Parts: sequence; structure tokens; C-alpha cells
Amino acid sequence: MKPEMLDSIDSAALPVKTKTQMKEFLAERDITDQEFDAILAQVIAEYQKTRIEPCEAVGVIAAQSIGEPGTQMTMRTFHYAGVAEINVTLGLPRLIEIMDARKEPSTPTMTIYLEEEYATDRDRAREVSWQIEAAPLREFGDITIDMENMQVVVVINEAVCEKRKIKVEEIIARAPEKIRNKRHYRDFEDPVIEGNTLIFIPKFREKYQNLFQLAEHVRLVIVQGIDDIERVVVRKEGGEYILYTEGSNLKDVFEVPGVDTTRTRTNNISEISQVLGIEAARNAIIHEAISTLNEQGILVDVRHIMLVADMMCMEGEVKQIGRHGIAGEKESVLSRAAFEVTVNHLLDAAVANEVDELSGVTENVIVGQPIQLGTGDVKLIARTIR
Amino acid sequence: MPSPKRIGKIEFGLLSPKEIRQMSVRKIIWADTYDDDGFPYPQGLMDLNLGVIDPGLRCKTCSQKAGECPGHFGHIELAKPVIHVGYTRLIRKLLRVSCRECGRILLSPEEIEKVIGTEDDLTGDLLSEKDVKKERICPHCGSQQLKINFEKPTTFSEVLLEDGRKVEHKLTPADIRARLERIPDDDLRPLGINPAVARPEWTILTVLPVPPVTMRPSIILENGQRSEDDLTHKLVDIIRINQRFKENQDAGAPQLIIEDLWELLQYHVTTYLDNEVAGCPPARHRSGRPLKTLSQRLKGKDGRFRGSLSGKRVNFSARTVISPDPNLSVKQVGIPLSIANEMSIPVPVTPHNIEEIKEMVRIGPFRPTLKSPCGANYVIRPDKKRLRLAEGNTESIVEMIEPGYIVERQIRNDDIVLFNRQPSLHRMSIMAHRVKIMEGRTFRLNPAVCPPYNADFDGDEMNLHIPQTEEARAEAAILISVQENILSSRFGGPIIGGIHDHISGIFMLTHTLRWFTKQEAIYLIRPLKIERLGEPGKVEGGVSYWSNKQIFSLILPTDLNMVYKASSCQNCDTCQKEQCDRDAYVHIIDGILKCGTIDKKSVGAFDGQIVNRIIRQMGMPRAAQFIDDMTALSIRSIMLDGFSFGIDDEDLSKIEYGQINEVLSQAAHDVDRRIKIYEDGQLEPMPGRTPEETLEMQIMQVLGKARDKTGEIAGRHLGLSNSAVLMAVSGARGSMLNLTQMAGCVGQQSVRGERIMRGYDDRTLPHFRKGDRGSGAHGFISHSYKGGLSPTEFFFHAIGGREGLVDTAVRTSQSGYLQRRMINALQDLKVAYDGTVRTTGGRIIQFTYGEDGTDPMRSSFGDPVDVKGIIESILKEEV
Repeated sequence: MKPEMLDSIDSAALPVKTKTQMKEFLAERDITDQEFDAILAQVIAEYQKTRIEPCEAVGVIAAQSIGEPGTQMTMRTFHYAGVAEINVTLGLPRLIEIMDARKEPSTPTMTIYLEEEYATDRDRAREVSWQIEAAPLREFGDITIDMENMQVVVVINEAVCEKRKIKVEEIIARAPEKIRNKRHYRDFEDPVIEGNTLIFIPKFREKYQNLFQLAEHVRLVIVQGIDDIERVVVRKEGGEYILYTEGSNLKDVFEVPGVDTTRTRTNNISEISQVLGIEAARNAIIHEAISTLNEQGILVDVRHIMLVADMMCMEGEVKQIGRHGIAGEKESVLSRAAFEVTVNHLLDAAVANEVDELSGVTENVIVGQPIQLGTGDVKLIARTIR
Repeated sequence: MPSPKRIGKIEFGLLSPKEIRQMSVRKIIWADTYDDDGFPYPQGLMDLNLGVIDPGLRCKTCSQKAGECPGHFGHIELAKPVIHVGYTRLIRKLLRVSCRECGRILLSPEEIEKVIGTEDDLTGDLLSEKDVKKERICPHCGSQQLKINFEKPTTFSEVLLEDGRKVEHKLTPADIRARLERIPDDDLRPLGINPAVARPEWTILTVLPVPPVTMRPSIILENGQRSEDDLTHKLVDIIRINQRFKENQDAGAPQLIIEDLWELLQYHVTTYLDNEVAGCPPARHRSGRPLKTLSQRLKGKDGRFRGSLSGKRVNFSARTVISPDPNLSVKQVGIPLSIANEMSIPVPVTPHNIEEIKEMVRIGPFRPTLKSPCGANYVIRPDKKRLRLAEGNTESIVEMIEPGYIVERQIRNDDIVLFNRQPSLHRMSIMAHRVKIMEGRTFRLNPAVCPPYNADFDGDEMNLHIPQTEEARAEAAILISVQENILSSRFGGPIIGGIHDHISGIFMLTHTLRWFTKQEAIYLIRPLKIERLGEPGKVEGGVSYWSNKQIFSLILPTDLNMVYKASSCQNCDTCQKEQCDRDAYVHIIDGILKCGTIDKKSVGAFDGQIVNRIIRQMGMPRAAQFIDDMTALSIRSIMLDGFSFGIDDEDLSKIEYGQINEVLSQAAHDVDRRIKIYEDGQLEPMPGRTPEETLEMQIMQVLGKARDKTGEIAGRHLGLSNSAVLMAVSGARGSMLNLTQMAGCVGQQSVRGERIMRGYDDRTLPHFRKGDRGSGAHGFISHSYKGGLSPTEFFFHAIGGREGLVDTAVRTSQSGYLQRRMINALQDLKVAYDGTVRTTGGRIIQFTYGEDGTDPMRSSFGDPVDVKGIIESILKEEV
């Protein structure tokens, strides 16, 4: 391809994607000027033909395009492709979850990418994973119940601490505090510290039950990692180590050194919206929805999903598709009444003196007049000849 | 003609007692409906002032006949006020936020401003109950407030402190009404109430409107008895209690009786408004069926809103079973003569068509044969009077006809009709077809249009609608005809294309190189509109031969250039291109198929590379033509060789059976070995899994592999001469997995992705030992369908199959609801003339549709321009 051709591609009124495709396909080719002109002319002509037409009911088309393949999707929860250890909700239930804008997905997971120095080295990647995976105290030493003296003795294993890059003092300081604040159990005295031994004594010593209860809390208290992240799996993918987690806490993970905050993601959309903002949440909805559909082998144009995501994020927070979100906050009384909880909407509308302007689709169907979409939106009247 | 009037807006408000009395045409005092002669009592519930439903009578208010009179409201004066159940929460809120003495809001103006914000600040909220602390002192009059208790459905009480004890004091509706009356207008606005149309005391009813008879018509049963509507029943109850209440009140009955009656009246009014209130037993019919009162009429799927207002019944529609006809064009639909004779299109009579129309009227309603011209069913005179055409009156009506008349003529060939199959999940579920009147009693359609409708012929029924106006027919032809909908707006690829036998046929025709004699070639192309066969590909011994690729090329547009890999492509590491031994490298130059096999990837629905390219370069009509030709040609070619599948097509030789048994017994051994390792406690669990889970995963893996191996063995024996293999390879139907299950081994049956574990204690069936973890005991089927399943295997198979059925049932309801919600949320969006996406109210959702303004339907699988296709067609070589 001649350099002039590159210029004329660049100066054409075409989207970037089309231009790069043209350059890519034509780069290594010997073509005549004639052929090139023909190609460029045809590309521009086709680009003009593919513009969306005004008055098109894009919303309904988007809803149909996502809803129609719903019947072809599976209901089951499958393993993540490749990571057999972590279960992720997929298929229709996941799609419903996204559209419902749930506060917490049923299987929260994160994909954590690492910064370059950590990403290539298995041990260093593992180090990051220790910082993230929630580890209970029992993994750091032996916990014995001393029935005679009514106490729980924890002997912390220094070798384990060494391996997991955590100081013994840190564990000793963190354990009682976390039992009080995270596990909400306060019926024990301040623990006795002897070197790397930690002794817990229950407040009420008349019952063994209290002792066992305390022991249970001591065993399970999380002393390293992030509380919400139950499990971390390190996998090598495309030449770098990636952490997959069960459980999600974007904010705390971002603060762990070594985590590449630009690529790390979670499937918890409301968390993204809180930590990174509404635009990130919109992108997360698009990404989650399209990957759920594609994983099931269903082709859906992104533009449909973008429209749904834009609608959900329009007001600055993620709104549900349905009664408690977009559909329930519509301006039209009739439209809301025709969707769900009919009677309440009518009664409330009366007290508030609401006015239905009859601009939407349902309202106009209800009163029996043409809707303001497609051919019904064209307000052109031909004057009869003579 | 559409009415030039438009309803501009609808305003909602409460009816005040004054308004109710004003709009009432009659005060209703008698609980009885009809007297012994069957005549309505004056001032009864069926009073003739309220409208008429009996033919022959005239309304006393508007003196119109039944059917014309819309009905008029009456009213009942209640003895004492009662609460409107729908507003109990509002009443509770108002009682709690207002002062019991002076009626002002229990907040100072500064406190109110804090919540609702200043006048020009729109971000504020309305006042809610939580903004007012309980039992505080009124800032306006200084009186101590009491706690208000509310008990469902309609009881309010105040909590007083008497001698240090809490005493509940019941508030009567009259007390509440008095309090609500005291709330000044200005204090209502911060609460979200517009006092101009909704004074809060109007939520306590003193007058009850009586709906017109027309909305609660009584029906006459076969035995001549009248059966009243549920609403009438309920109104009878209300009037009866109201009457008794009044009598007792006038007679000065003791307080206790008055209270009881008041409560009873409240109950009846409550259930009249809503018969599904929590904490209130529903009013029942004598038969025990709960009554359908006002709320129930509006609510739910079959309620007024979703059932009658959003979904309307239509005339000019037909429904019958569908069946396939490959000889029809995709654009056509076959309609039985009996239906065509029944359905009509109005045609205005003009000087230009009067003779033609007279001929139609002369034929009348009985069109004798398929070929005969259409008749007419009705003639509408300029005075809107309809005349039904019948055997005897055609001639006399023909004489009357002159311009200005409208004749409803029967539908005939090439009329445009709408064809629909439920569930209408996307817009391609309704498409416009051209009529072809046929013998028989079913609608006929080309199987290539099955995918958009998601139809098959196992008894499916479809609906047909006849557009009645010129506008409707124009829109049908231009926007929703089949040829305009070949591309799916979901992903920008063709959704109409060959299915099943079309693919098998075209595969059999084009696979490798074949030669046909002139006779065979003509047999193949006979259904096509092709005039020249072209030069023979070779002449041998004086006989001319045409190649299969030549024949397929006949239906291709002459300037089509494309290169791609067929669906039978194995994705080899290095592509053999033209030398591909599967003939999967498709190369078309200038409309000539040089090499390659045509299969699902080329012409199938959802894939259809050739169809897609034709649409982009030659337009929709040419693509529709191609689909018609392709389906016809493939059906011909499948008939040339014949195509069948029988039980012996699943037979393998002794060697294969031996190999399969070998594989299966090895797998069983492997499973046993792993179980032994596990039982010895030697199994190394996978990270994050228990040993049991690890074992299960291993067993599933081993057995899955074993099944695949049997499939490979079976596949080695069965080649393309086997119909099932041919169908799987060409993509027509089924997969190699199906063949594996038929000939090799059915494999593991699963419930929720795991082996079958449920049943008796530690075992699935009594046929196995307790604790048996072996393959056979948990649903592995080692036989093939052909070989036959053992009784336990059969049972496990039924378990696995049932899961699939339950799954489908749950899924359809869930995805249906998801779709309903999405449509409701997005239905008002459209592209404005400036390219932005807006709601019909004008709010902008996107500044450019889809960030690039590309229509997904016209896009090439998402790309704004099909660059590859354009370059290929111009350079005529692979890109």
C-alpha cells in the first residue's frame, strides 16, 4: 500500500475501528490506485448506510435482544473457565443479578492483576496473596483448650509467620482486637502474652460452654488478609500470575502493595460504583453482561447492553431494572400502574395530584392513540393536491 | 380514520364528598335490585338512572339505549364516616406528623426547611414520618402529643398514660376525620399532598359513589335467573348494613351496638375497595369463592391495566396449525381457502375500480376454488350501514354500488398480511408475508423462516392479521416484511436461512466434486427460475456433464467474491486451502464456486456467510431470492440421492464393540482404583476442596473421557456415508455427542452438575451395596441407546432427564419476567433527529446511539463497516 493511501484513509470520515481495519487488511498488499479508490468509496458508502435512523425504538430493540436469548441460557452455576476451584454464578441467574443491581452478587469474585515485579515471580505473587486471603488464627499455630485452668492457649508457630511474611507481634495484637470488633464477642479478659504464646481467659468461668465458645472465636478469628476474601487462587495466565478470589473487597485490595489497580476487577458492581464511581460501574455492567452472554455462546451487540447500562446509571447511582428502579420511578402514572403494584400507584397519584402527560408508550396504548415512536413520531402531513 | 383529537394529559386527584354528590344522578337507599316482575327498583342498585344493560330499556338520565349509554354514577350516604383502606398509611402518617389539638405539622418552619430545602432548591425530600419524633410537644400550640398506634387493616388508637399505665384509646373514623380537617392547606404541601385536589379528610368516606350499572352488569343464566356482579353483591351488603346502622342510631341504640355496626360497615367498605387486605378475612360469594372487588379488577396480569388496556383484542385475525412447504417463497404464507373466504379488506369504490368491485360483489361470500377471483363479504353504504352479502342478495346489491361505497373484499394472492407466533420475544416474531391461498386447513410457511419465529411443526399454531388501512399495509410492506428482517437486530447477522434438510441437502450437493448428466442437472434446477444451464463442465464419451459446484453457482449473484472456511473445517494448524481433504475451504470468484462445501456456515440461519454478504452488497431482495433458490435447490438435491436414518445406521462392527468394552472396563477399573486410594486416605485433595469433592471431580473426569473415547471409536467406523455423521458435520442437526450416545455409550447422568447421590441411605437404589461409590451406582450409563439401557441405568437416565425439564420450566418464567422488566424500563427510548437517544419525555440517555451511531442490524456482526468483505469483493482474493 502506498503512503498516500494511508493519508486518504486517515482523512476519510470514518470511525477509528474501520480505519485500523482497512490499514491492517491493506498493509501488506500491492494494490492499484483504482482498486484503492473503489474500496474507499465503497467503505464510505457502506458506513453511510449503517447509520441508525431517527425515531428508531432502540430501547425496545435492546430489551428484546437481551431478553430473547434468555430462554436459551442455562440455569446452572458452573466453574470458572480454567479455575475449577472457584464457583461463579453464570447464565440466566447472573444476568438477572446484574439487571437487579443487587448490593452483593451471590458469588462475589475478584480477578487481581499484579504489578510487573510481582506478576512474573510465583513466590512474590504468593506473597501478595497472603496479604489478601483471609487467614484464621488456627493456621498460624496450635490452639489448645486448657480445661483445668479455664483458658485457651495459642502457641504461634514462628516458621509459619516467617513464610507468610507476618510478624508474631502483629498477630498477637490483632487477634483480640478482631475478636471484639469483627466477631463481636467481648466476654473475655485481655489476653496474657508470653513471647509467642497467647492465653485467652473467658470473663465468666462458671460454664465450660463459655470456654468452648471463646475457643471457637479464637480459632476462626482472621489475623491476616482481608476479611471478605475467603480464598485466593494463584494462576499463571498469558505469562503472568493472576489472583482469583472468592469474595470481594475492592477498596482494601487496592491498598495491598503489588496489586495493579488499573486492571484488577471485581464482579460486584455496586462496590465498583462506590469505589471507582458511576462511569466505572457502567463499564462494569457492560463487561459483566456481555461476558455472561458470550460465555453462553450468545451473540449480542454491545450497543444494546450499553443502552441498558446507560439507562441504569443515568441518575448517578446504579438503578435496578424493575419496580424498585427505573420502572418504578417513571414519570407516567399509567405506565407505572400497568407494570406492577397497580393500585398503590393510582392511590398515591391521586393524593399528590400527579399529571400524566401521555408521552410514553404504555400510556398512549392505554388511552388508544398512536405512540410517539417510529412511524408514529413523524409529524409530517402531506397537503392534498389542490 | 384516526381521530384528529388527542388526549393531552390525565390529571389524578381525590373525589371530595361534594363532587361525589354532584356527579351522582341518584341517591341509592334500597338494597334490593329487581322487583318480582324483573323491573329495577327506583333508588335501588339497578336504578334506571344509573344506566341500562337490558336491551329495549332506555336510560332515565340520558335517554339512550343499552350499549349507547355509558352509565352514570349514584351515591350512598353513609351513616357514619369510614376509612378508605388504600389510604391507611397516609392517614397514619398524617396523624403522626400533625398536632392532635391544632392540626399543624409538629415541626418549626426551620426544621421543615431543613428536610425539604428552600423553594428554588429541588434536591430536597418530602417530609416523612421519621422526621417527626414521637410524643413530642407541638411547637405551635404547646400541647403534648400521644403515640398513635395503627393496627391492620383499619384501626387507629392513641396511647394515653393513666396512673402510670399505658391505656389504648381507640380513634373512630369520625375523630380522625375531625383531626385531618384541622390540618391547614399550607402544611400539606411539604408532605407531598396537593390540598386543591386532595384534602386529607376526603380519605375518610362519608359518601360512597355507586358505580354505573354498565360496569357491573348482571348476567342472565340459562334457567332465567339473574346473577349479579360481585360489585353489586358487595354494594348490597353495604347498603343493608348502612340502613340498619341508621335505624339503630335513630332509635338511640347502646354504644356497644353502634360500635359493632360501625365496624361491620367499615369491613364491608374495606372489602368493597380491596378484598385482599392483610388482616382482614376476604368477603366470599355463597359458593365460597372470594369476591372480585375494585382492586382485584385492576390488579395483575388479567386485570384492567395489563389485561384490558395494555393488551387489546382484535378483529380480522385467524389462527391455525402451521405446516411446512419448501416450495413457497420465504416471503409467502400459505392460507387455507376457508380462512381466506372469511377475512376481508375494505376497498373504497371509485370510478376507476367500480367494475372490478361489482364483479367481487357478484361472486359474494363463497369463493369456490383457489384459482377463482376473490369475492366480498360486506358492503358498507355511505351512511355507514353494513350489508352482509349472502347467496340471494348479491345481484340487488351490485345494482346499488356506486362511488362512495366501501366493499369488504376477501383476501387474495399477494395481499400483505401479518404473521405471528407467540411468545413474541423479539420484533421478528411478527413479520409481513404475501398471501398464497392453498388447499388444506393449515397455514404453510417455508421452513427457512422458522428460526425468527422459533417455530417447528409439532403442532405449533400461529396467528394471522389483515392490515385494514393503506398506511398499515404500506408499513407492513416497507418495514416488517420478511425480506426486511433477514438480518437480526440482535447481532447484525442473518436470522433467516437454511435449516435441517436445507443444510444436509446443500452439503450433499456441493461436497467434493460430482458430475451430473443433463437430465440430473435439470432435475435439480427445475424449481428455480433459471433459463440457461451454461456450458457443460466436461464432455466424456460424447456425454455432457455439469459439476455440482457449477449447479450451485447458478443461484449465486454473478459478482460475488468471497473466501472463508466452512463449518466442517477442523482448524488445522496449517490450512491446506484448495487441497483441503474435507473440502472445507470455500472460494467463490465472480459468483462461481471454485472449491469448498456449502454448509451451515454458508447458508444456515444465524451464520449464513453468503446470505450476509449478498445482503450487504446486493440488498435484501436479492438475499431473499437467494434463500428461496437455495432452499428449493437443496430440497431437490436431497431428493436426488435420498436421505434417511435407521436403527442399523448406529451399528458398529465387532472390533469396535470390543474396543468400546475395553475402554469402559478400563475406566471402571480406574474409578475403583481411585476410590480405593480415597478410602485408604491417600488421596491428595485439590486446593480448597475436600477429599470427597476431589474424588468426585476425578471420577467425573475419568468417566467423561471414557465416553468421549467410545465416541471416537464409533466415529472412526462411521463415515460421511452415515446420515447422522453427515448431519453433524454439515451442522444440519445434532452433534457427534448425540452419535456417541446412540452408538457408543450414553455416559454420566448428572443432577446439578454432580453424580446422582440422592436416594436411600448411602446408596441411590436398593440394587447397590451401601457406600458403593462405583461408576454404575451413581448414574454412569455404560450402554448405548442402541444397545439398550439396564433397569438401573434407565432410572438414572430418567432422573437426569427430569432435571432438564424442570430447568426449562423455571427458566422460561424467569427469563419472561426479566424481559418484561427490561421492556418496561427501556420502551420509551428512541433516537432523536439529532442522533441522541432520548426518552419520549426528552431526557437524554446517550449523546450518540451506541457511541458510534451504528445500527446493530445493519452492522456487520457489530462492526460499522464490513471492511474485509468489501476488500475481498474488489480484489477478488483472500484477505
